[in-house]
Amino acid sequence: MNYHWDWGVFFKPTGIGSEIYLDWFMTGLGWTIALALTSWIIALFIGTIIGVARTLPNKIIANLAAGYVALFRNVPLLIQLFIWYFMVPDYLPESLELWFKQDINPATSAFISTVICLGLFTAARVAEQIRTGIEALPQGQINAGLALGLRLPQLYKDVLLPQAFRIIIPPITSEFLNVFKNSSVASLIGLMELLAQTKQTAEFTANLFEAFTLATLIYFVLNMSLMLLMRKLEKRVQVPGLIALGGK
Amino acid sequence: MISIEHINKWYGDFQVLTDCTADISKGEVVVVCGPSGSGKSTLIKCVNALEPFQEGRIIVDGISVGDPQTDLPLLRSRIGMVFQNFELFPHLSITENLMLAQQRVLGRSADEARDTGLKLLDRVGLKAQAAKFPGQLSGGQQQRVAIARALAMNPIAMLFDEPTSALDPEMVNEVLDVMTELAQEGMTMMCVTHEMGFARRVANRVIFMDKGHIEEDCSAVEFFGSPRGERAQHFLSKILHN
Amino acid sequence: MDFSNILPALPSMMDGLWLTLKLTVLSIIGGVVIGTLLALARLSKYKFLAMAAGFYVNYFRSIPLLLVITWFYFMVPFIIGWVTGTNRPVGALTSCLIAFMLFEAAYFCEIVRAGIQSISKGQINAAYALGLNYRQAMQLIVLPQAFRKMMPLLMQQSIILFQDTSLVYAVGLMDFLNTARSRGDIVGQPHEFLLFAGLIYFIISFGASSYVTYLKKRTTV
Repeated sequence: MNYHWDWGVFFKPTGIGSEIYLDWFMTGLGWTIALALTSWIIALFIGTIIGVARTLPNKIIANLAAGYVALFRNVPLLIQLFIWYFMVPDYLPESLELWFKQDINPATSAFISTVICLGLFTAARVAEQIRTGIEALPQGQINAGLALGLRLPQLYKDVLLPQAFRIIIPPITSEFLNVFKNSSVASLIGLMELLAQTKQTAEFTANLFEAFTLATLIYFVLNMSLMLLMRKLEKRVQVPGLIALGGK
Repeated sequence: MISIEHINKWYGDFQVLTDCTADISKGEVVVVCGPSGSGKSTLIKCVNALEPFQEGRIIVDGISVGDPQTDLPLLRSRIGMVFQNFELFPHLSITENLMLAQQRVLGRSADEARDTGLKLLDRVGLKAQAAKFPGQLSGGQQQRVAIARALAMNPIAMLFDEPTSALDPEMVNEVLDVMTELAQEGMTMMCVTHEMGFARRVANRVIFMDKGHIEEDCSAVEFFGSPRGERAQHFLSKILHN
Repeated sequence: MDFSNILPALPSMMDGLWLTLKLTVLSIIGGVVIGTLLALARLSKYKFLAMAAGFYVNYFRSIPLLLVITWFYFMVPFIIGWVTGTNRPVGALTSCLIAFMLFEAAYFCEIVRAGIQSISKGQINAAYALGLNYRQAMQLIVLPQAFRKMMPLLMQQSIILFQDTSLVYAVGLMDFLNTARSRGDIVGQPHEFLLFAGLIYFIISFGASSYVTYLKKRTTV
């Protein structure tokens, strides 16, 4: 089999506008980052609520939250994505359904579906970490907060969550990195994020080794930078005497 | 001020408190002692409802602790509590530890809370540590801060749950000194402790518990002079010889 | 919603499920074997070996599985062509299997490494003191203990792997999800079939992870 190596391929014009292939990668990276960050915000917000709910004394609420976690952790991400993208829109109120299917462009609808899907999927994992973090705190901290007259919401907001967040930074970092990797499923519903752009470049140029090598490099560098960023954050909020839970 | 009436409490099938009755009047200092597992820590936690109980009544300043209608956070904010493991909030500085509940619970302004906190910190001799974090203080210092934190709420009574048993021996006295001073100022105090020296010097009354029962409830003089029960005698001879 | 068409489609979906399970089991076996070798390499006294294994693990852990699946789908035929000099096409199943084994090995490696490190140095010393060599010490003393300890984590990773096999959709392999989807399209009830597929994945994953939780509880008591 003949293979024509050409590492300069990224600087060649794509033939579409004045773009070179590197531009495709950058556009893709932009989508990947936008997907991941938006999903992460949703995941942190909902994950915190679910995680807190799992530790509440009210058994009904705690069980509902546990059900959420079990459901979203045991159905493959891709099925969840298909449900959000292909199925849910059919059951929306008519005006919303038309808006989703006709008014907005396909990239936007794929983006919305992926963000909801990844956000809720990751929320289940974040919730588990939050719960672990809260349960790792000594009962005495809860007693001390209550003895001072704090009410339950205040106890969580001022005493438990600030400590739990600090000790779960290492394990939650890996969830943060996972969002970036998992966002690649968006390529399967036609969103031109990094992986989709890579595939497209490979198909256009036939230089698939170069294309995929560049893509893995971008993911690798992205991953390492995010890890460094999280380490910095960890140092920054570090408090003497508080130890972090071991990360995986 | 605090009246405990016929309290019964079970963990599952196991009865931890059996028919406990005691009264603590205003300005009184009562030491609760007994072997470990006798239920004394559980009893003191019932007073501010950190532990629920199944039968009996506890009335604090005219309010029934076990009544579901009672606003527990409000009641708890009026009773100070000091814990065995200090339980300062490790993510907050010493000043913030002192300010948190004043602001959140009593609605004091930041300035007012800081002033009150620093005044009390000065009183326990730790003004220089205000900006540090709990993890940077010794155990004895942390426990003094914890006392100051409780006092900042202007409590009508103070509960001490083995305040010195997690401390290295050389730090016990700095905490006991603060407690003694507090007692002399007329604070109502209920103290679970093994410090018999403190009990003899400071306490008005001693309650001796064993296996969930209150075995003795008498004046300190009486208790140390000639405890009536055999178990109390045994306990005293053991603890005084160590 | 009308689920009545699912029953007649079950036999063909069973074929898909069979492929999914085959993919899962073979990938676990390959992944654990390669992962164990990688873990031994990472803990090796030969600096270069340890570094190379470390790089492998970090590299695979920082890229998406979907990228690896797609890349290998394109690449494996080329490489086999170069190596064997022939031009025989390789199916998506082979390329996916290789992708899963190599990718999961990075994750299994970290679990095995932690497992080995949790065995006390005294055990290794005792093995050496009895005259065992490195291979015997690892094979007879350390690894059996380590594997017992890390069983829950290995199973948890395997459950994730089971769910991730659905990503072979990207290269058109007819696994359980893909079969269900195509059957659903044929009868014009894609939603019902999608939900049914989700339910089956859920039952298997949830059942397996409940068992892991049970195992964990039993071993910690």
